[in-house]
Parts: sequence; structure tokens; C-alpha cells
Amino acid sequence: RPLSLPFAVGQCGNQVGCRFWDLALREHAAVNKKGIYDEALSSFFRNVDTRSAGDGPDIYKGKICSLKARALLIDMEEGVVNEILQGPLRDVFDSKQLITDVSGSGNNWAVGHKVYGCQYRENIVEKLRKTAEHCDCLQCFFVIHSMGGGTGSGLGTFVLNLLEDEFPEVYRFVTAVYPSGEDDVITSPYNSVLAMKELNEHADCVLPIENESLFDIVNKIHQMMNSGKLGSTVKPNSLVTSSVGITKAVQEKPFDAMNNIVANLLLNLTSSARFEGSLNMDLNEISMNLVPFPRLHYLVSSLTPLYTLADVNVPSRRLDQMFSDAFSRDHQLIQADPKHSLYLACALLVRGNVQVSDLRRNIERLKPSLHFVSWNQEGWKTGLCSVPPVGHSHSLLALANNTCVKPAFMELRDRFMRLYKKKAHLHHYLQVDGMEQSCFSEAVLSLSDLIEEYNELDATKGGPRADPSRLKIAV
Amino acid sequence: MSLVTVQLGQCGNQIGREVFNAICSDVHGTHGLCSKKENESYHDACKERFFVEAESGVPVARAVLVDMEPKVISQTLSIAAKSGYWKYDDHSHFCQKQGSGNNWANGYTVHGPRHKEAIMNLVQKEAEKCDRLGGFFTIMSMAGGTGSGLGAFVTQCLRDAFPSSFILNHVIWPYGTGEVIVQNYNSVLTLSHLYQSSDALLVHENDVIHKICAQLMHMKQISFKDVNQVIAHQLGSVFQPTYTAEDGIHYSRNPLGDLMETLVPHPEFKMLGLRNIPQMPENSLAYSTFSWPGLIKHLRQMLIANAKMEEGIDWQVQPPRPGSSVPSSHSTNKLLHFNTSIANLVILRGKDTHSADLGSFRDPSLYTSWLNPQDAFSAWKTPRAFNKYEKSASLVSNSQFLLKPLDNVVRKAWNMFASKAYVHQYTKYGIEEEDFLDSFTALEQVISSYTIL
Repeated sequence: RPLSLPFAVGQCGNQVGCRFWDLALREHAAVNKKGIYDEALSSFFRNVDTRSAGDGPDIYKGKICSLKARALLIDMEEGVVNEILQGPLRDVFDSKQLITDVSGSGNNWAVGHKVYGCQYRENIVEKLRKTAEHCDCLQCFFVIHSMGGGTGSGLGTFVLNLLEDEFPEVYRFVTAVYPSGEDDVITSPYNSVLAMKELNEHADCVLPIENESLFDIVNKIHQMMNSGKLGSTVKPNSLVTSSVGITKAVQEKPFDAMNNIVANLLLNLTSSARFEGSLNMDLNEISMNLVPFPRLHYLVSSLTPLYTLADVNVPSRRLDQMFSDAFSRDHQLIQADPKHSLYLACALLVRGNVQVSDLRRNIERLKPSLHFVSWNQEGWKTGLCSVPPVGHSHSLLALANNTCVKPAFMELRDRFMRLYKKKAHLHHYLQVDGMEQSCFSEAVLSLSDLIEEYNELDATKGGPRADPSRLKIAV
Repeated sequence: MSLVTVQLGQCGNQIGREVFNAICSDVHGTHGLCSKKENESYHDACKERFFVEAESGVPVARAVLVDMEPKVISQTLSIAAKSGYWKYDDHSHFCQKQGSGNNWANGYTVHGPRHKEAIMNLVQKEAEKCDRLGGFFTIMSMAGGTGSGLGAFVTQCLRDAFPSSFILNHVIWPYGTGEVIVQNYNSVLTLSHLYQSSDALLVHENDVIHKICAQLMHMKQISFKDVNQVIAHQLGSVFQPTYTAEDGIHYSRNPLGDLMETLVPHPEFKMLGLRNIPQMPENSLAYSTFSWPGLIKHLRQMLIANAKMEEGIDWQVQPPRPGSSVPSSHSTNKLLHFNTSIANLVILRGKDTHSADLGSFRDPSLYTSWLNPQDAFSAWKTPRAFNKYEKSASLVSNSQFLLKPLDNVVRKAWNMFASKAYVHQYTKYGIEEEDFLDSFTALEQVISSYTIL
């Protein structure tokens, strides 16, 4: 069983991480009625005999004893991690998986990356090795963090580097929450651009997320519930918005619902690796098919459906609607416009009772309205997983490598430049040991190079291109 | 003689189990279509070919299952065992944990050498169980990473370890509009490598079988299982026992050998296409009757016009008139869509096969001129009906059937290669641009050879 190891770094990362573990447990509980520790569970959880004090031996078969998440939780403040350890998930983690400090990073990438990075390097490596030891075959690391702050952004990208050094063969997937224009952290453009350089160079795949999109999705769900447009009752154990139940429309924790969406993204991404299906899609296949050139590894994700339908046998019309929704901006996790930009590659991971003919019909239907790069006109990667998410009869995760991320990156660079030109707040960074002005100029150069690569591809859009001439063979 | 099947990757294993299922289901019960005695000898011949008798009485498939991730093999083993009619050997499988990531290079240069010994040990064990080894039948898709890359490596190993055995690769061509984005790269690498070690490539295209499911079987929601069952039926129609051409009394003992001898006279031409008619939903079978003249006429026209199924055949296409000048390398005398054959094999199963007249398949104008028409065409017959079809006719053809599909795959791969997209994913594992070019060259050669027939 290929195993994945999520790292949650920073406040945002850990909040999302917490939702992820909660949802993952529910998902497996819904499928695994007999309480047997099966292969699907083992991809994210260890089964530990806790009768012996401390770290009991791992149990590889038989009944579930005590499930421990294969994870590392890292934060330089204690608040979020402590909350997790006091909450319903406290038994899922043990102290050996946590790395915390008290004072935080002050929203300063340099503090996260250089100061804490240095300080905690050995500790992280040791805990990493220990956690990885328990894995038969480690396929992928997930790093979950935000870009705009200090810990997630700085220490998170430090961890990314570390993972590449220590485990170069293992894929590194990053779920990165990008700050919006109105982010209240003034230095978030600095933090984000500094982190981008690391993502450019050390991540295999990045799934950028924007809070605005998550917020819009949550609102849309509430609107639909309240308007009664669905015409059917929404199942209380739908996983998309809240673990408590959709009936609690009042948002006690404003970010909980939003974080659930990101957590669902990760669940769906890994579903085919955990559960069976007629066309499996592993994480290494995602990287292989969606990354045509090493640095162009930023993927636009969209999830459907966002709510449960009461019907179980959904007629094809509704099924087709699910595919259309995946290509609607309402379902994307970033604000971008893929339909008017260029697709380099697209992946569809379907869960539930959906067959290959449904896939083909919808690809044929949607293809004409999408622009694909000339050398990948039929570039679709598809996966069929038999097990749907809890409370749904089927679901679809679409991942697109599309040049529509370029405007977002350009905006980020603009925000960065506005601060950098005035040297605003720069001293906070430069006073950190190991930080120099060149870190900044190199970072923005890396971002510019990336934007330029997208530009070159965009330039090919729409133009007629003859097929390159074939090899001639002497008869 | 016995055949050892090697199931490679998800596709190979999923199809493999449908094949053994179809064979078993065909063998159990005569479906009212032949005598008990006839059925018993058929059963015995089939058993020897595909199964080993076990103490439990449940026949064990002569197969080795290989995959780089565990889920499919585990599912395959349990589905087989549940049937009660047959099973796989509990030890005859090899899997790893992490898959090949749709990366041919990973399958070929990493997994191949790493696991060669373990895999070949399993193959050796199965080979030793055979009184007489008739050859190897490998099942793989060319789109992914394991079936394609590891499959190409394993085929090479089979050739090295069993230099005088027949190797037939059953290769699945993916849907044109992707299952895997790098499928055309994987396909080009697979085909060029297989060509060097395999005796013949028997091809099924997903798009074609999908159409059969939709239009002939009237299926609304088509799953991979449906596609695989049609493929299994078609394979069964070729590999289930038939009488030899010589005496028409005994079942042939050497199916692969006969097939190769008949269809592959020259190593440059190894691409075999398969057609099987009639094909219809099971519940229509009882209400349909067919005549041999009708079936043979359709099958012949499918050959000539390169039709993929028995509906929508272009009856306008005809072979060039006899007596016209010998076809030059520019083939100006050949009508545009006419499918030239090197050799053909027709297999008839069912009632009154002795009365079936296959003279129209011996027409020299169907064939390129190097073989005598007598040598270019073979027929295998058996009165024992197959899989509930009162009459069933299959055509295995070494002709231009696959020329256009092959050309399409190479064109798309070349298009992508020109921009170097995804190449870094392969060079990471030691497949360099040079290797791609070698593969392209090899396939352009094959295309050229088939074009000038």
C-alpha cells in the first residue's frame, strides 16, 4: 500500500490538517464496518497497541486497536496544536509527532525559514525518520500551509527542502493557501514570493488555494440550503461543509467550513490510492501526467458536488451536471479563468458509480469549449474509484494545469514590488541571520521566470499549427 | 500443449480474469449446442491448455499475475476464487506497493531489473507445471506504466529465458481521447520494444470495443468490465480448442505455434487484428439465427473495408480486379480504402461448420503477392459452439487493419515530443531523447512496411 505522509505547518496548515484527519476517519469508518485495520486505512493511519505504555508495536492486521495518524504537526505557536490535542482527535496523535514552540514567527518568512528552520532541523529530521520508519513504502508527502504568514510559509518551505534532501525519491505535494489582495498581514506579499521560489524549485505539485474561493463556496452552499432550491433534504453527514452537521448553519468557527473543503480536496486526491476502482489513479500518476515541464506544476483544483443529493440513483443528466460544474468557476478553489486560458493538461478523478462511458460522453461534450495546447489536444488523465465520499453517490475532482494561474502570480508580484520598491518592512527580514537582499531579488526573479514560461505557452494559443514533419524512413 | 498467461498491470489483470471466466463459462455446459461426448473432449483440451488440475478439484489457471500495486491483484484473486469454477494459484503473483506512475521508463528501467528474478521465478514455476509448454500469452495495456514498461521488459526476459517458445503479446490500445496523458509516449516505447522480442502483437482498441458495447450490445452505461468481457469473448473465440486443418477430428495441440506459422511469415509484420461476429446482447441470442454464407460474407467485407464491427460496413470497397498489373510500391492500383492482407486466419465454431465455404477468403486479390494464396489463408473449425453463440466466426488478420491507428499514435507522440513536453519525466529514469528517437524510427519503419503492401 503506497503511503502518504501529511505535514501540517503553521496555524492554517494545522487547522486544515485537523479537518483532514477528522474527515478521513469518518470516511474510512463509513466504509469499514467491521473495524478491521485494512489496507485502505493503513495508507494514512498506523494501528497501535496502546496497552503497552508509550509507543506500542504496530499491528498490521486484524481489528483496529488504536489508530494513529501518520503525520507531523508543526507550529511555532501552541494555540492550534494544543486545541487539537484537547479535542476529539487527541488520541490520533502522539507527542512524537508534534513540534511546537511558543513565540510564533511574527508573520516573518525569514524567522520561519532561517531561524526556526535552523533551530528545529534536527528535531524535524528525527521525527520525520521515525514516522517514515513505520511506513512500508512511502510514496508521497503532503505539506499543508499558508503562504502569507511566517511559520507556514517560512518553516513550511524549509520542511519542503528538507524532504527533498532526506527523501529525494518521494513525491512532494503542497497545498498552499495564497493570501488575497486584502490580506490583513501587510508583509504577506514578501512571505508569499519568498515561499514561491521554494515551491518552484522543490515541490513536485502545488495546489494553490485562495480563501476568497473557499468563502464563496461556503456561501453558495448556505444559499442553496436556505433557498430550498435543492428540493431534497441535505444529508446531515455530508462532509463538505461541517463535521457537526449542516443543520448548524451558524458558523461557530468561521474557517472550519472553508478548511473542510481543502480537507475534502486531499481526501479525493488520495481516494484512488486508498480504495479500489476500475481505473486507478495514484499520486505519482498525477505528477507524471499533469507536469509537462518541471516548473509548471501549479494545478487548479475544483470539487463537485459540494452538497449531498438525496437521490442515490442519479440519472445521467444530473451526472453530466457534475462534470459541467467541475468546469465552472463556482467550484474552483482559486479565482482564475481556465476556460479563457490554455490547458496544458487536465485530470478527472471520479468517485462512485460512474463508468467509463459517462467519462467519455462528458469529455466529448466539454472538450470543444476548452483550449488545449497544441501538443496535448487530447490530454486527459482519468481515474475511476468505486468508493464515493460519505453522503454522496459520486463526486468529481478536476485538476487542471492551465495558464490561468499566471494573472494571480502577476498580481502577487505587483503587490510584492509595491512594498519592495519602497523597501517597506525590509529590515525585519534583513536583520535575520542568513537573510540578504539577494534572497528577495532571487525570489522575484524566480517568479518572473515562471510567469515568462506561462507567457510563452499563452503565445501559442489559438494560432494554427501544422504537425511537425515526421521522420523519413529509407524504403 | 499448455499456454502460460502473464497478466501485467491493472488492465492485464482485469482482462486476464475475464478471459479465464469466459473460457470456464464456455466449457461448463453445452448450452444445448453439442453432444456430451464432444463437450468432454473440448473440456479436456481446454483444461490442458489453460488450467492445472488441483487436489481440490477446482482448476487452477496457468497464469502469473504481475502488478506494481496490490489492489488489482488482490481483487482479481478473490473474484476468481469466488466463482467456484476456477481460481488462480495462491502463490503465482507478484506485486509491489507503489505503482509505476504511468511512467514507461519507471516500469522498464527501475521495476523491471529490480524484480526480474522474482517474476521470472514465478514464470519458470508455471512453465514447469506444463507437460509441454506451448508458449506465452501476455496481456497488457500500452498506455500506463506497468503493463507497458514492465511488460516490455518482461517480454524481453521471456525471450531470453525461453528462446524457442512462442510469445504472443495481447496489447490493449487506450481510448484516443485519453485515459493517460502520456499514453502515446508509453505506446511508442512499448510497441517498438515488443517488436524486438515478441513473435506477434494481437491488438484490441478500447474505442472499437466500446462501440461494440454501445451499438451491438446496446449497453447504456458501459464500464471497463463490459469492455473487458467483450475482449475476453473475442480472445476465447480464438484460443479455445479447434480442430487442426489437417484431420478435422482432433483438437489442435499447438495453438500459438499454428497461429504464428499461419500469420507471421516475416518478422517485419507482427501486428494482428481481431474481428469476431456475431456480437449481440445475451438475451437476444435465443432469437437470432445466422447462416454461414451470411457470416462469411460479412466477415470478408469487414476485412476488405477495414470495418471494426458488423454494422456500418462499407460495401463499396472492393479488391482490385484480378489481372491488373502487379501492385507497385506506390500502390496506385489499389483502391483507396482497401485493406491489403499478408495472411488471414478464420476460425469457425458451431453447427454445420463443415458446410461453410471459405473460398472467398482465398481470393488472391485480397493479399499481397509474396505468399501463395493457399499459404496466405488458413481456417480452423470446430462443431462445438462457443459461449452460447450457435455460430461464431473470428478473423485474425495480419493486414493493414492497424496501420491507421498506429500512425495516429505515432503522430500524436511525435507532436508532443517535438515540444519536449514530459520528456523530463522519462529522462529522470534513464530513457533519453535518443531512446525516443530509436523507438520512433522503429515504428516509422513498421508503418512504412505496412503502407507499401
